[in-house]
Amino acid sequence: MQITINGHLKSFECDKMTIAELVTYMNLTGKRIAIECNGEIIARSQYEFTQLSQHDALEIVGAVGGG
Amino acid sequence: MKVLQMNDELKIAGKNYQSRLLVGTGKYRDFAETRAAIDASGAQIVTVAIRRTNIGQHANEPSLLDFLPLEEFTYLPNTAGCYSAEEAVRTLRLARELLDGHKLVKLEVLGDPNTLYPNVIETIAAAKTLVQEGFDVMVYTSDDPIIAKQLEEIGCCAVMPLASLIRSGMGILNPWNLQIIIENAKIPVLVDAGVGCASDAAIAMELGCAGVLMNTAIASAKNPVLMASAMKKAIEAGRESFLAGRMPKKLYSASPSSPTTGMISGA
Repeated sequence: MQITINGHLKSFECDKMTIAELVTYMNLTGKRIAIECNGEIIARSQYEFTQLSQHDALEIVGAVGGG
Repeated sequence: MKVLQMNDELKIAGKNYQSRLLVGTGKYRDFAETRAAIDASGAQIVTVAIRRTNIGQHANEPSLLDFLPLEEFTYLPNTAGCYSAEEAVRTLRLARELLDGHKLVKLEVLGDPNTLYPNVIETIAAAKTLVQEGFDVMVYTSDDPIIAKQLEEIGCCAVMPLASLIRSGMGILNPWNLQIIIENAKIPVLVDAGVGCASDAAIAMELGCAGVLMNTAIASAKNPVLMASAMKKAIEAGRESFLAGRMPKKLYSASPSSPTTGMISGA
């Protein structure tokens, strides 16, 4: 399965994965992040119920220093 | 005799703050310096940007949140770098999810990458959407009094005209416009952008601004922590000066401060 994450195309060997599984895989567990999938914000409580599909585009964001 | 007015707090979107200085968290050498400067500034509201997370490589890298815990500060997520209403709204929806439903946001929509001058047409469009969606919108704008009033009428909780261009450090270039905006507003007016040194901040407060938001003036000073401390004092001094009410200006005065009678003879 191929997913675009923050503008980068990533390939995964599995063909089924939830957002929660992806978050764990990417070492983002416990980090304060927000996720948008194909332009829709996915609530944190929905990560484990949201299945990713081939060609999904994710934005994973956090808070950084800014003025 | 009480010198300071009690309960002179900044009220934004129903919440009171003792500090009238709001600061950005960008452009510091490291997070330790960010924290030290913000402590010296006394700021309670800090702006943050929303950006793509660094994926994979640095899982245990320290983050801004480790140094500025959410329990200690009011985060003000911004839309820095957005050039359209759509981008700005999308960014702040993500910020709301990121910060557990947090509603207080700073809207800025830029119009030009060289000057960073705001695009007020896109700003107004974004403000309408955000207010409808329940955000408490502190809005960065030009120093146009008509636009400032329109942003208030849309339902923004604070209007933040520029003193001069972002990162210019040119100070307050049009105090007259700021004065008109302040006189017309029923919501807090904060100067955002252009402040270069402590006297600029004091002048903004003496004009009657409810507060000042700054980043570069502190972060780009030779000694950011010392400048943060100077800014804290300038904001407080300017506020007290405004509340005290200045003496009228006169070209000259025929009445000196010391008594004219009782002079020693023969002097």
